[in-house]
Amino acid sequence: MDLKDLYRDVIVDHNRNPRNFRPMPDADRHAEGFNPLCGDRLTLFVRLDGDRISDVSFQGSGCAISVASASLLTESVKGRTVPEAEQLFSSMHDLLTRDDASVDPASLGKLAALSGVREFPARVKCASLCWHTLDAALHREARPVSTE
Amino acid sequence: MSLARASALPGAANRPIDVDAVRRDFPILAREVNGKPLCYLDNAASSQRPSAVIDAISRYYETSHANVHRGVHRLSQEATDLFEGAREALRRFVNARSTREIIFVRGTTEAINLVAQSHARPRLQPGDEIIVSWLEHHANIVPWQMVCEQTGAVLRVIPITRSGEVDFEAFRRLLGDRTRLIALAHVSNALGTIVPVERFIHEARRRGIPVLLDGAQAAPHMSVDVQSLDCDFYCFSGHKMCGPTGIGVLYGREALLAAMPPWQGGGDMILAVSFERTVYNELPYKFEAGTPHIAGAIGLGAAVEYLEALGLDRIAATEQALLDYATERLCRIPGLTVVGTAPQKAAVVSFTLQGVHPHDLGTILDSEGVAIRTGHHCAMPVMDFFGVPATARASFAFYNTRAEVDRLVDALLLAREMLG
Repeated sequence: MDLKDLYRDVIVDHNRNPRNFRPMPDADRHAEGFNPLCGDRLTLFVRLDGDRISDVSFQGSGCAISVASASLLTESVKGRTVPEAEQLFSSMHDLLTRDDASVDPASLGKLAALSGVREFPARVKCASLCWHTLDAALHREARPVSTE
Repeated sequence: MSLARASALPGAANRPIDVDAVRRDFPILAREVNGKPLCYLDNAASSQRPSAVIDAISRYYETSHANVHRGVHRLSQEATDLFEGAREALRRFVNARSTREIIFVRGTTEAINLVAQSHARPRLQPGDEIIVSWLEHHANIVPWQMVCEQTGAVLRVIPITRSGEVDFEAFRRLLGDRTRLIALAHVSNALGTIVPVERFIHEARRRGIPVLLDGAQAAPHMSVDVQSLDCDFYCFSGHKMCGPTGIGVLYGREALLAAMPPWQGGGDMILAVSFERTVYNELPYKFEAGTPHIAGAIGLGAAVEYLEALGLDRIAATEQALLDYATERLCRIPGLTVVGTAPQKAAVVSFTLQGVHPHDLGTILDSEGVAIRTGHHCAMPVMDFFGVPATARASFAFYNTRAEVDRLVDALLLAREMLG
């Protein structure tokens, strides 16, 4: 268990300077995510152009892992179709939770920086909160997402 | 408060605790975490256990286990003697008048729920009021909200000050003709504030209003005397005071307990059962339905004997010295803000570090072998009051050392370097 593996430079950078960290008044979809264990709270906004995610942003507060993960998410799904985003969600889930990850980190680009989270089970929910929230936004779930 | 009492005692009572010797009593303190010696600073969540407690439980299971209050056989008698001996140890520990006032429960949470359902619920009318403070742990909020929902009573909340003290004048203004019960933390788990409960109790008793104290954070760290406090109910948990999990105590004034209906029905809480009529057992058994946590009670009895042998006043003095040292060192870390600065505090330091979320602090400190609690500490209203989603909390016990405070500080500086 090496801290440097968790707090890689990419993560530290995205925590200090989160990308697409802004409200989106004209969003087509939005959802709230909450991790009661550590108090992470975020709102994710999505604008759709047909089936394509034309813009995505987030707001909220949380630990470095949750903020960096949400920031990386916005960069990764912008411009993708909804099914492509869902595929990424599934790959991220595998990356974060499976010991013998079947996912090729190269296919995830910068998101692969989160693979170190797997060694810190207490932190997996921090990294996955934004993905569950995106999933809820895309499926118009009314209830806030909770990791508990 | 306890400090003053400690310094008033002559001779041996003033001798500082031999921390090295005490640490050898706690086997877990010898282990490593992530290749480093464990530095356990999460005592407000749960303390560790000395061998005296672990051995008392093992010895009971190895030599004397049987059900209590039942059989005429030898083991049942031995188990009953040990169980009731523990009750007497707990009576002495809080200076209750009688063991009839000592109810074994699962912990503070169950004790409060018992009082809410058995004392408050039958008495409350719509519009009646229960007073709690803004400092409370969820366990001293939710059971009252539930009983309010059930009865139409109203929960009133005493505000706190920026330093984390319960506002006494606001409390006096909240007292009224409809106030039926006051439920207060003796020591705040989130901030460490020692609430000067005597003032509140004095005010309540003048008006004949019962007072329940949540003593979960106080009982391990200062001597508690329910008669001198003059409270009506006092609740505490074994696992925060070197005892087992799953056992705790409800102290209740006998006259109040006697007037309360049983909370749960079952074995041990009855004298006679027929389908027409059941006669309930006397105190304290009326509130102890089913086979109790016998080993837990015996372990808790051993724990309070251990604490008494060390001396609660010496424990309080040792922890106060640690608190002073930790507060001084932490305050010198740039960007660190202590949350909760009441003049009277138990050895708890809640804080935030600029640029580093408490959850990240928890992980980074853990990699250095330092265990602290991060989060809302089951006191979300307190977090809301200070406008933070969470804090990091270091909480000390008498077996912690100044060197461990130094390790905490070093680990915080590392976190600041990594993420701040």
